[in-house]
Amino acid sequence: MKTFKYLMIGASALVLTACGNSDTSRDLAEANVDYQATLMEQLIDAQPGDVIEIPAGVYSFDRSLSLNIDGVTIRGAGMDETILSFQDQIAGAEGLIVTANDFTLENLAIEDTIGDGLKVNGGENIIIRGVRVEWTNGYATENGAYGIYPVQTTNVLVEDTVAIGASDAGIYVGQSRNVIVRNSRAEYNVAGIEIENCIGADVYGNTATNNTGGILVFNMPNLPQPGYHTRVYDNDIFANNTENFGHAGTPVASVPAGSGVVINSNDQVEIFNNRISDNDTANIIISSLHSTGYSDYSVQTDFDPYPESIWIHDNTYSGGGTSPDGLDLTALKIAMFGLNGALPDVLFDGFVDDAKLVDGALPDALRICVSDPVDVLNADGPNGYASPSVDTEDFRCSLDSLSAVELAFAD
Amino acid sequence: MTVFRGLILIAAAALAACSPNAPTAQFHSEDNPRLLSEWGQLGIVAGDLQLADGVVPYDLNTPLFTDYALKLRTIWMPSGETAAYRENDTLDFPVGTVITKTFYYPLADTPGQVTRGDGHSLTRADGSLDLSRVQLIETRILVHREAGWEALPYRWNDDQTEAVLLRYGDVVPMTVAEADGGASTFNYVMPDVNQCASCHAPDSNTRQIAPIGPKPRHLNRDFDYPDGTANQLEYLTEVGYLTGAPVPADAPRNADWEDLEASLEARARAYLDANCSHCHSPVGPADTSGLNLQPDIAHGPALGICKLPIAAGSGTGDRRFDIFPGRPDESILLFRLDNVEPDQMMPEVGRSTNHVEGIELIRAWIESLPGDCG
Repeated sequence: MKTFKYLMIGASALVLTACGNSDTSRDLAEANVDYQATLMEQLIDAQPGDVIEIPAGVYSFDRSLSLNIDGVTIRGAGMDETILSFQDQIAGAEGLIVTANDFTLENLAIEDTIGDGLKVNGGENIIIRGVRVEWTNGYATENGAYGIYPVQTTNVLVEDTVAIGASDAGIYVGQSRNVIVRNSRAEYNVAGIEIENCIGADVYGNTATNNTGGILVFNMPNLPQPGYHTRVYDNDIFANNTENFGHAGTPVASVPAGSGVVINSNDQVEIFNNRISDNDTANIIISSLHSTGYSDYSVQTDFDPYPESIWIHDNTYSGGGTSPDGLDLTALKIAMFGLNGALPDVLFDGFVDDAKLVDGALPDALRICVSDPVDVLNADGPNGYASPSVDTEDFRCSLDSLSAVELAFAD
Repeated sequence: MTVFRGLILIAAAALAACSPNAPTAQFHSEDNPRLLSEWGQLGIVAGDLQLADGVVPYDLNTPLFTDYALKLRTIWMPSGETAAYRENDTLDFPVGTVITKTFYYPLADTPGQVTRGDGHSLTRADGSLDLSRVQLIETRILVHREAGWEALPYRWNDDQTEAVLLRYGDVVPMTVAEADGGASTFNYVMPDVNQCASCHAPDSNTRQIAPIGPKPRHLNRDFDYPDGTANQLEYLTEVGYLTGAPVPADAPRNADWEDLEASLEARARAYLDANCSHCHSPVGPADTSGLNLQPDIAHGPALGICKLPIAAGSGTGDRRFDIFPGRPDESILLFRLDNVEPDQMMPEVGRSTNHVEGIELIRAWIESLPGDCG
């Protein structure tokens, strides 16, 4: 939201130098540096069907690894046993970049990359399992942007992974189709788990805590694929109150600290059966691109900025909203709910597509529905946030449940 | 026009006959020779790097920047083979084509130091190179086999007598003599075979490796051949390496980025084309960003004008727009060019130093752009 955004720029500028919650990175004194050439050759020589096994150990790399052969599995001995460290990296924008189909990466850790940890750019049938991507110095603006980063992929399974310390998103699936992110843990990232411009995503069984924002479902403009149809369920999303340490200019830099779930400009999103608590700004935020500081110059003409067909139900809530990020939100909270009060569990920026209104209201199928017994604050964005109000009854509706993502290798 | 080609080849053969070790170009259809000399495209003869018969050197209107390295580019095809003209794409080269690119630096007066190449090739008209004046770094081979193109990087030895296939690349520490008498250092990073695809797979759907440079708009320029100056498209046609090309005036032509006679717009767009558009196209690996830097894209968000970043991470430089017209210091594009941090710079691979003159060009272009991002 615009108010959020301006405040965030001020807030993050203050904290940049203070970021970092750990004094020391992994000690590489005993790390194996000779393995780099071995693994690079294996990646180059790989044939479809190959399994590249990396034994337990700490391996240091000074350049990116890349793989572009279909049908390859890279397997370590466990995310705490096989450690690929890029602390001494001098070249390459990621730790491992994969451009291939039928790829599996499992049971290892990628640590301290300069840029992204694991990027999978394009490809079908991608499995990322038991992988940890971490910046071992703790959260810091200087850390790489994305931990686990499949983009423009189809049929993607991310499970049992851990992402810690990303200066953008820990687990980020972008512009993909048919995605499952489950049973993973995202901590101390700006965005814990982010689904962006994806068609068909199920996010469940995850824990997102100590991020700036826990789970984000976004649509961004100017991309080849707009996203829709995401289910977020059975997750633990609590205390995502870490200061926003993202780089100014990145979309996530406008996310207020203390955001549990954020839906921005996405459609057909179902949020249910989650345990959401103690996110200091709000447990759930629903917003449009209009409130994130984008101007008309910046957006392709056919982009739909409005979040529509959103259904929030059967979640449990506790705490949250008591210490919103930024002066405007703090002032809003105090004005509406008192010094010791709290913003409601659900915040909506209030932007609605006038062109779709029928008799002054959105058709039922496009509504934002909150079935949970919690309040909804409409921030009145279209009127410059002049008259925010608790309009809970306007959101008392339900939608049809979305279908599950079917992924043959995820059963 | 194989008659011409035959004549030229005969003439070249006559010259080469004087040199006992003259290379003979080969196509290896399957195996990857360990030594560059086994390709026979280039050879060391009497202190020179020389081209084999039928190996045609070429240049580009605006080349890709690679740490101020100079580049010797060549094309060779087996006897009787020819490439078909494609207006906006790389020439359609036949199976058997071998393209080489040799990266080298001018030697400085101080032993062990090099100078920045200023873009003007030190190769002679016949493509030969005086090895007492240069340090060879690597020669990359692109070979068109039945199954498609393959990229093979060869690393030159210190004696400059041979280059060896080094598929996992290398880091080469370089020392550059500076004008003030001092020296600076940087790491020249030779990409591994898989990284070759990060530039040379311009279609992220097919992921097929392909040459990038030999497109009509890059080739459409004069070159000083041993038998006189000629337009490259005409010359390739004359020697039988190209069919279907229109006269040069009817072929697309990029500006030479250094040509002050050309418009700022044309020079900047040519520079972005050569350095960025193989990834930043609607089908390239960087289409994930929504940024399209091909030369024919109209001014708007797709070209980066007032476009907000998607997944740039620290590459934003805390700036909001890819290109903020009139305000280069608020433009992400310039931040990423003027940067050598691996997670912030663009292109992602292929350089470890900043291209000062290229950055100046893009700065001037952004300054010249009208409009506002609000």
